[in-house]
Amino acid sequence: MRASPPTWIKLLVPVKRTVDYSVKVRVGPKGVETAGVKHSLNPFCEIAVEEAVRLREKLKEQIESITVVTIGPPKAADVLRTALAMGADAAIHVEVKDGQEVQPLGVAQALKVIVEQEKPDLIILGKQAIDDDSSQVGGMLAGLLDWPQANFASKLDVEGDKIKVAREIDGGLETLSMKLPAVVTTDLRLNEPRYASLPNIMKAKKKPLKKMKAEDLKVDLTPRLETLKVEAPPARQGGAKVSLMSDRTVESVDEIVSKLKEAGVL
Amino acid sequence: MQRFSSVPRAFTLARRLYATSSSPSALVLIEHKDGKIVPASLNAITAARKLGGTVTGLVVGEEASTKAVVEGAQMLGLDALLHRTSPALAHALAEPLAPVLAALVKSGNFTHLAAAHSAQGKNVFPRVAGILGVQQISDVMAIESPDTFVRPIYAGNAIATVKSSDDIKIFTVRSASWDAATSGESASEVDAKAAEDVGKGKSLLQQAEWVSEELTKSERPDLGSAQAVVSGGRGVKSKESFDSIIFPLADALGAAVGASRAAVDSGYADNSQQVGQTGKVVAPSLYVAVGISGALQHLAGMKDSKTIVAINKVRFDLYTENKSRTDTPLHLLRPLQDPDAPIFQVADHGLVADLFEAVPELTKKVEEAKK
Repeated sequence: MRASPPTWIKLLVPVKRTVDYSVKVRVGPKGVETAGVKHSLNPFCEIAVEEAVRLREKLKEQIESITVVTIGPPKAADVLRTALAMGADAAIHVEVKDGQEVQPLGVAQALKVIVEQEKPDLIILGKQAIDDDSSQVGGMLAGLLDWPQANFASKLDVEGDKIKVAREIDGGLETLSMKLPAVVTTDLRLNEPRYASLPNIMKAKKKPLKKMKAEDLKVDLTPRLETLKVEAPPARQGGAKVSLMSDRTVESVDEIVSKLKEAGVL
Repeated sequence: MQRFSSVPRAFTLARRLYATSSSPSALVLIEHKDGKIVPASLNAITAARKLGGTVTGLVVGEEASTKAVVEGAQMLGLDALLHRTSPALAHALAEPLAPVLAALVKSGNFTHLAAAHSAQGKNVFPRVAGILGVQQISDVMAIESPDTFVRPIYAGNAIATVKSSDDIKIFTVRSASWDAATSGESASEVDAKAAEDVGKGKSLLQQAEWVSEELTKSERPDLGSAQAVVSGGRGVKSKESFDSIIFPLADALGAAVGASRAAVDSGYADNSQQVGQTGKVVAPSLYVAVGISGALQHLAGMKDSKTIVAINKVRFDLYTENKSRTDTPLHLLRPLQDPDAPIFQVADHGLVADLFEAVPELTKKVEEAKK
């Protein structure tokens, strides 16, 4: 942390490449089939990038830079380009081998090293990746750095060297205030991510993208959880549809009620 | 994998006892709100019991506001109950709470640390895992052995069985997959102390400060633990109709009210009511989906419900070639059961009808049936 309150803020946005949210994944003999399946930037990471870009639009030169970082296979460079096209300035790609699994703890420990190198003031991440659904990296990173955290943010305001965050909790919203540096994870309601325009996609190709090897970070990325098996969930029995036409609604509601009685739920 | 499951049970047991030096000893964080135990914590206790060793409960917070919670927790038949208090723990923020949990796990030689996969569990546990350098296991649906857990991935479209190599297993529990722990016969003894490490060693600036909260007031059952849930989606069309159509049916069924993401984004319902991959995961006896088409992300939050009833509109498709004509007579329109609406693929009972007619009718019939 800087000695005086920062008049400029460096942002770091860790992102992940995941199977596209609209894809219905299939479970094969070796787990979830990801080869040949459409991948994209994890939706919550998209929201994180958007929030970083909006902060700059709002705070202008107070935002010194926006750096995106990913730890992933060679193809993960695509999502870095997407983030650059959305408005990030620079990207860091910590490359791991295709198919190598890096679990949240490994990601958080690797990010800690990146944070020590880049010295950001604010880290914005997605609240969860839609593939492993762990929802851990943000909190782990905050714990490793001993920085304050605001998980599941739906509103983020920067006030000098402090941030005020409304976070989504069970039953409503909670507002927290904390000093920078801090870690924030984004919830769905934080913003609506923009589409990258074609000129910006072209410009993004010229923005700096630094490649690093996992070994450079000197972090042990070996998974602590061994996946013994991955199975498809049990299929539900196809239900009977009751009725079609709106003039039969009354009768069919009766049918539903009697079926619920049979099933003992009424 | 095959090899693993074909190993005789006695052998796996022997192997397990050999592999762990002592039997499992679990610490369960008991979440509370307004002096009451949050129901999802009761499911976490049941999961911790599945480990087969001792289960210790932990209540943290301000001294005054946790008194009733401790009294309630004493009756849960736990092997022991820890009570740690500090004014810093008033709002269960992650910064003071995580070091308390980490210190307790280490000093108490616990092999497992569990909590509900609630907003609080998801907020605090990763921080504890980071501090302890442990890979957390999120949203546990089943426990096969003290180091082997079953959890959903890809919005519940795949179920993974994972084996942890960490000394301490930190996990959050999917409440919909476990029964709630019930009261025991005798009260457990309470070990009450002030919390020693609330993370204030370094500097106050490294803590977040609680400012305010806005909670949605509701007299209806809690969404996460309700026996019946009525959810509305985009098809409900407005906040007014959400209130006038969904609420009466929920009240007739004694159900909690849920919503799809579309309904929340359109402002019909509060975001804490969202059911799905990124909202709440529920598995009530009865789930009624009204005006919900059933996106993968929504199904992830409700497909384990016992009985699912779906009420969705009739979709008319043009029978004619000329699809641009809007004045096509009704008899040329063909009603479709809309096999594409994925909600009907998981529903036990589906009603393809106008929800504005069908739901009030259903509400009336349910009320009559209850008399």
